[in-house]
Amino acid sequence: MSDRFMPETAEDARDIVRWAAAEHEPLEIVGRGSKRALGRPVQAGHRLDLSRLSGVEMYEPDELVLTVLAGTPIAEVERLVADNGQELAFDPMDYGPLLGGPAGDGTIGGVIAANLSGSKRLKHGAARDHILGLEAISGRGEKFKSGGRVVKNVTGYDLPRALCGSWGSLAVATRITLKVLPRAETEASVLLRGLDGAAATAAMTAALGSSAEVSAAAHLPAGVVESCGEDAAGLTGAATLLRLEGFGPSVDYRFETLRRLLAEHGAVERIEADASCRLWLAIRDVKPFAESDDMVWRVSLAPTAGAGFAGDLAGRLGGASYLDWSGGLVWLALPGDDPRAQEVRAAVVRAGGGHATLMRAPEPVRAVSDVFQPQPGPLAALAARLKEQFDPHGVLNPGRMVAGG
Amino acid sequence: MTGIAMPRPDADVIARRAEIVRAMRAIVPGEGVVDADVEMRAYETDALTAYRQLPLVVVLPETVEQVAAVMRYCHDHGVKLVPRGAGTSLSGGALPVGDGVLLSMMKFNRVLDIDWANRAAVVQPGVTNLGITRAVEGRGFYYAPDPSSQIACSIGGNIAENSGGVHSLKYGLTTNNVLGLEMVLVTGEVIRLGGKHLDSEGYDLLALATGSEGLLGVVTEVTVRILQKPETARAALIGFPSSEEGGQCVADIIAAGIIPGGMEMMDELAINAAEDFVHAGYPREAGALLIVELDGPEAEVDHLLAAVEAIARRNNAGSVRVSTSEEERLRFWAGRKAAFPAVGRISPDYLCMDGTIPRKALPQVLTRMRELGEKHGLRCANVFHAGDGNLHPLILYDANKPGELAAAEAFGADILRLCVEVGGVLTGEHGVGIEKRDLMPEMFTDEDLKQQQRVKCAFDPKQLLNPGKVFPVLHRCAELGLMHVHKGQLPFPDIPRF
Repeated sequence: MSDRFMPETAEDARDIVRWAAAEHEPLEIVGRGSKRALGRPVQAGHRLDLSRLSGVEMYEPDELVLTVLAGTPIAEVERLVADNGQELAFDPMDYGPLLGGPAGDGTIGGVIAANLSGSKRLKHGAARDHILGLEAISGRGEKFKSGGRVVKNVTGYDLPRALCGSWGSLAVATRITLKVLPRAETEASVLLRGLDGAAATAAMTAALGSSAEVSAAAHLPAGVVESCGEDAAGLTGAATLLRLEGFGPSVDYRFETLRRLLAEHGAVERIEADASCRLWLAIRDVKPFAESDDMVWRVSLAPTAGAGFAGDLAGRLGGASYLDWSGGLVWLALPGDDPRAQEVRAAVVRAGGGHATLMRAPEPVRAVSDVFQPQPGPLAALAARLKEQFDPHGVLNPGRMVAGG
Repeated sequence: MTGIAMPRPDADVIARRAEIVRAMRAIVPGEGVVDADVEMRAYETDALTAYRQLPLVVVLPETVEQVAAVMRYCHDHGVKLVPRGAGTSLSGGALPVGDGVLLSMMKFNRVLDIDWANRAAVVQPGVTNLGITRAVEGRGFYYAPDPSSQIACSIGGNIAENSGGVHSLKYGLTTNNVLGLEMVLVTGEVIRLGGKHLDSEGYDLLALATGSEGLLGVVTEVTVRILQKPETARAALIGFPSSEEGGQCVADIIAAGIIPGGMEMMDELAINAAEDFVHAGYPREAGALLIVELDGPEAEVDHLLAAVEAIARRNNAGSVRVSTSEEERLRFWAGRKAAFPAVGRISPDYLCMDGTIPRKALPQVLTRMRELGEKHGLRCANVFHAGDGNLHPLILYDANKPGELAAAEAFGADILRLCVEVGGVLTGEHGVGIEKRDLMPEMFTDEDLKQQQRVKCAFDPKQLLNPGKVFPVLHRCAELGLMHVHKGQLPFPDIPRF
């Protein structure tokens, strides 16, 4: 049984890391543990649990800024900003349903460590586009801060952004400052039925290339939307969806713009605010694949390459898939107990490049797989040097991202 | 030259100059190597013109292979290297060093690929910021970040400085609009980060490279996101009796859930200088002027302009004018965009500062700045990116009066300390360079700065790239790697464990 440390202050957390560095004792870094089934399994005799390092330190709605301790539950933060008519516009997805855990778990530290984003990434970017500053503890056991609380800041290297998506392998974030934005007054979705992947991509591309300010664009082939259950907005068959958010008159106006623009792609229907919101959450959180035991991949490609990639793999491996980010994100579910990593990554290369991450697989599979996309030599060597500079003894989440790293 | 010291030149390298020039000529043929003093003058400074230094030699490569070969040579022979784009840095980021090669990237000036369907443009780093928009505007697209120097500044320089502009609250900075980079490391290795896909794998090195001020590598190709131009844009010109009311109006607009495309404020001195220069129709009697630009679908812009006008009236606005034509909108902006040269007309010299503050601190900061001006005996005009809190105080001085440059620099340093004191930062978009280098400890502890420098060590362990910039104290990488070990302590009896 591993030791689990639960510090209540950043100083205590620092002391633990300092001790671990001195003793070369690896630490598994967790918040509420909601994403422990993600990434390569960490081999560590001790766990540094940040869930008691929790609380909102500063929230100034007029300044669009929020500072929280890393272990603060994401649900608490989302509630707080929603009460003030605001949101985390990067739309952090919830891996709970996909990984078989409860919905709404997880901490802000985890949001940053995994660089979460959602369907709205198309317009608003990811966590890395909304972080303003942080305090963290390096693997040397030293506290440092970087960034600040203002949007425009180029004072020194952009460590807050660079630590997004580092899966706790460079430093342990203890305090995080984020930009928040006004929540849209209302929303609606454009629906086109019955398109295949290529036709859907053409429609999404036309919409994204217009000034209609589409905040999300997804294509669910036949058989996928039905798995969204009560969130499916009553849809069946292939559904191509474009999300519009904003002030009421603006949403109506842009809907009409798209109706005209997309007339040649099919009959445009409208999904109203509540149903639209629920459907997009289901798409964001990969509800369509939540119930199965399939291996699940997340593949990032140039948006126009997504449909071709999905078709290519369906022909070779079967399985199911759908497109988010106007085709730039493919969620792929493969039956069986082999994730078929080589085939998936070869198809990424054929599709023009990008990367594939194995998001759901049993632990023994993840332990022997490249869960994250392997990098070419000079880039992998640079990443290893960066890890070495932050964490010279490899005590922070060793092996989580790459074997031996 | 005033107080900012650069690293002591390496006499050994300077003694090898002829050999180094020969080696550069072997890599870059013809006119791509410049070693005559009179020709190198063009490279001796950037837009921080108070500092000048001739480089050892200027090299203008044309291919990635040449860049890699130059860097490999410098790395192998311990020669420093300063990358340079268009030379518009306001912080001395491209100031040469006397014992180093100046690597100008301005021959990398081609647009390589415009991928309309994926809304991405692939360009070489010497393409100007506005050049990207020019290349895509035929189909209604544009590149969003728009620093004031956009006619001249290069996209490579924008990457180095993480440039902003007047639209950054709504559309982000360079870092939010870059999808991919090709970059040559100091060893001559070429890496590619990101691409046309939306997020990059592994560590976010794109985030580290953007804003790294030429200290981590040399960018040879850039992929940026392009956006469809908003259907319409209209601006409101709002005069307030004082900056307090203007500041409150800004806060109220944001609190109402409105994110304007641009929101700029000017103080009385800046208003009048701009009005004298371009006759934009600014209210001269106002203590503060706010330009609020709303962009998007017409229905939205009309809806929001009405809301903004109501908020302005509630905040005691003396005048509100809303643009009714594109020509009028551009006239509203002409004064703001010409604010720097306008101030240049009323003073022989000026120093442009670049701190960022929390918006709410504006009235307090303006008051304190007036007091600081009295202390230093200098005037200061203010233009302010009100939406994102980025402040550009223009300190007026006369370089021909003994002591005035030093007084202006001291005034500037005091302003930046004030920015940090109220919760802001030293630089919002101009970069640290040499200008703010020695002020870094105002914002960061020794441990903060050492961790930053360790990033440098991962990329450039010999510290050859753009030396003397950003960091006030140079530590050798071997020294930064040392660990202070606290062995043998009984770990944390008081920390809950399970």
